[in-house]
Amino acid sequence: MRWLAGRVGQALVTAVLAVVLAFFLMRAAPGDPLSRLGDEHPITPQQMQVLRARYGLDQPISSQFRAFVAGAIRGDFGTSIQYGRPVSGLILQRLPASLLLGGTVLLITFVLGSWLGAAQALRSGSASEQAIGALSLAAYATPSFWLGLVLAWLVGIEWRLLPAAGMHDPLLAADAAWTTRALDILRHLVLPAVTLAAVNIGATMRHERSAMLQALREPYVQSARARGLAERRIRWRHAFRNALFPVVTLFGLWLPLVVAGSVFVEKVFAWPGLGALAADAVSARDYPLLMGVTVLVSLMVVGGALLADAAYALLDPRVRRA
Amino acid sequence: MTALLDVRDLRVSFPDGAGRIHPVDGVSFTIERGKTLALVGESGCGKSLTSLALLRLIPPPGRIDDGSSVTLDGTDLLSLKPDALRAVRGRRIAMIFQDPMTSLNPVFRIGDQITEVMHAHFKMSKQDAREQAVLLLQEVGIPDPDERLRAYPHQLSGGMRQRVMIAIALAGQPELLIADEPTTALDVTVQAQILELLDHLRRTRDMAMLLITHDLGIVAGRADHVAVMYAGQLIETAPTRELFDRPSHPYTQGLFASVPRLSGPVGRLMPIAGTVPPPNAWPAGCRFRPRCPIKHPKSETMPPMLRAGPEHEMRCWLAEDGK
Amino acid sequence: MRLPAGTAIRRALATPRGRAGIMALGAIVVFGIFAPFALPDPFAQPDIVSGAMQAPSAVHPFGTDQLSRDVLSRVATGARVSLAVAAVAVALSMTLGALVGLVAGYFGGAVDAVLMRLVDGAMAVPRLFVLLLLVAAWERMPLTALMLVIGATGWLGTSRLVRAEVLRLKDADFVRGAEALGARSGRIMFRHLLPNTMGPLLVAATLGVGDVILLEAGLSFLGMGVRPPTPSWGGMILDGKDVLTAAPWVSIFPGLAIIATVLAVNLFGDALRAASDPRET
Repeated sequence: MRWLAGRVGQALVTAVLAVVLAFFLMRAAPGDPLSRLGDEHPITPQQMQVLRARYGLDQPISSQFRAFVAGAIRGDFGTSIQYGRPVSGLILQRLPASLLLGGTVLLITFVLGSWLGAAQALRSGSASEQAIGALSLAAYATPSFWLGLVLAWLVGIEWRLLPAAGMHDPLLAADAAWTTRALDILRHLVLPAVTLAAVNIGATMRHERSAMLQALREPYVQSARARGLAERRIRWRHAFRNALFPVVTLFGLWLPLVVAGSVFVEKVFAWPGLGALAADAVSARDYPLLMGVTVLVSLMVVGGALLADAAYALLDPRVRRA
Repeated sequence: MTALLDVRDLRVSFPDGAGRIHPVDGVSFTIERGKTLALVGESGCGKSLTSLALLRLIPPPGRIDDGSSVTLDGTDLLSLKPDALRAVRGRRIAMIFQDPMTSLNPVFRIGDQITEVMHAHFKMSKQDAREQAVLLLQEVGIPDPDERLRAYPHQLSGGMRQRVMIAIALAGQPELLIADEPTTALDVTVQAQILELLDHLRRTRDMAMLLITHDLGIVAGRADHVAVMYAGQLIETAPTRELFDRPSHPYTQGLFASVPRLSGPVGRLMPIAGTVPPPNAWPAGCRFRPRCPIKHPKSETMPPMLRAGPEHEMRCWLAEDGK
Repeated sequence: MRLPAGTAIRRALATPRGRAGIMALGAIVVFGIFAPFALPDPFAQPDIVSGAMQAPSAVHPFGTDQLSRDVLSRVATGARVSLAVAAVAVALSMTLGALVGLVAGYFGGAVDAVLMRLVDGAMAVPRLFVLLLLVAAWERMPLTALMLVIGATGWLGTSRLVRAEVLRLKDADFVRGAEALGARSGRIMFRHLLPNTMGPLLVAATLGVGDVILLEAGLSFLGMGVRPPTPSWGGMILDGKDVLTAAPWVSIFPGLAIIATVLAVNLFGDALRAASDPRET
């Protein structure tokens, strides 16, 4: 318990530092967020004055920082330049789609990745192991947006197997049964989820493979064999169960990858999540919005790592102390 | 009466460069029902590999060479199909290892690790297996067995863990228990308790035992026979009493000299200089020659096992000299 | 005990994947350096009306894009850009990471605590978002600045790695000996500690190259990286996105170039990691 309290404290410090860093990062760039606005629309100096006052950019940096922190604590990240609406509302609106996609991807990478990695370890040295290994390395080298484009083109457009964009079929009747709706969302989910999972699964496989190889060398495996247990049981219960824990802690490592990947994949597939929101915010140079998403993503990363550690402590009896 | 276990000319080999080395090189012995054989030797002599070979647990790329034979009560273990072999492992021959911490799976409760063996070998309800497990924990001297079934290995002390290992080994009701350095990882005070327990269990369950150790000091009073191993071979075998009264091979004598003893003949109190050479550096002829205090004229030829007394054999030319 | 960098490289080159990786990478580098001299001008738009979006043929092995430019020569020139960005960025990352890691590890105490807390905090903000914040704020970020910001955001993991190595080595005899002889901290750090961290640093650098190539491509795909008309693989994929059904080759070939390059680097990095850590199999 005391360990957990310490870990939570550490996570809080990290989160605060991340937020502060994000703020100063924005300030480190030459020019202020509004200076780019004139590129697309002609703005008079007077209009610019008004806008700067509205976004607090005429204040000294210390009070801007205070305002930012005070806002961030209340969950208020200001107003989006592009949409003219509160950033927090825009984020909340996009959050469910992101969680659905991200959760699906994490589930796929964890379940499939650890299974494939373990299977690789069990076939160590065989041709199939080499093939799986090469394939996962190639997938790891593939840009998510390119894979997304290729899948959207082939599966979505050429073969017309699955929808290639969005999250809902716009032609679906408003009074359709919820099962029809769910199925529709599921069909839209397949391509982005497969794309993101494909480019991320290699890391999980690699870690699971080496954890499994390690576990298979442990004395308890030999000891289980000496007891006459079935080989399947020895591999998948005794060795695999031990080899699973180290991979759980990697959750904190995957999350940033999935989040970053979702910026590209959501943009390619027009999935209405935070990633696409961030990509649009970048194009529109919508600074408050980009900051809001960045802060949220950072908090998710810190929280994810904390959750992974807590899960590890709960699952592994060696760490779990009475 | 035929022996329970009959090991003939056991050879274990590993690849080494272009050729193969033989860390176990022609070992033969028998164990009678209900009796204890102590296999004694320094680390690296091949005693642990010998014990692993009995259950065909030699890790690849090692293997048991053709021409070896291991027979359990008439059954040739080396030619058994995997399923039949599994029915022997843990059921007819059980094994406990040196380090109970790493030999127990850290993420399973000890109760599950005990009942798992029962389910692997007997048709048994969960309830019955649980009750059996409680009795086993009682038998190996673990207090509060009901509680302990739900404990994880790391929650127990070293001695308790080894008791759990023994309980797991007993779960299959084996005829032969192989104990590979069962007390090496434990505190001195706990060592005696565990050895006492093993001896007690052997008697009450009429179980044969192969006790593997580097410590001659724990053999007296516990083993019926002793086999001393050096560089992949047995170099002296005798009933325990006989061996302790008349250790004959210079190596065995050296081992006795390095054991602090309260009684018995006081030999040179000098441990043998040097260590067991690795299998790729064994000398031709008698393998003990480089470390032997006696320079025997025939030592450049490998001695066979020679008679040194009643039921007493050794691999040394001195036996021929009528000593 | 880790192996020295030279031994690790030799061992990595002795493995099939290490050799395959370095040979493929060599081929790509040679292609990027020399091919543009033999190929059509990557900027030339010879015939926008009838020469655009031509399918791959003997004249244009990778086809042409919607501005009738030769995709092969753009892929070749893109290799120069991608590899240059990767080289500069990774060199900067490794330098910064080694510096911070050395200082934190060697001085320890409060210096270490503060630096590592900061690194923890910075690591929580995904690198892509840091870069997005920077490039979105920067007016027309030039290529050199892009290289530098990518490099400046990639040293966090490296500093941890170097710090761990330094902590491991700090009490070694040769360091204690140098200290006893009155060597200055700077000398100990750069003469004694730094060379011994080269092995892990090399592995991190190799794998970092792959990451940077993917990052730069991603930024360019979002229109925030290398500025057109300078060809970059990510930017070419973006160009081809709108004509994907009519002329898929415009996007497909630069994508394959990215995969080939990153795979080659990672194959070598993988072999290097396995070679420098005997426990890995």
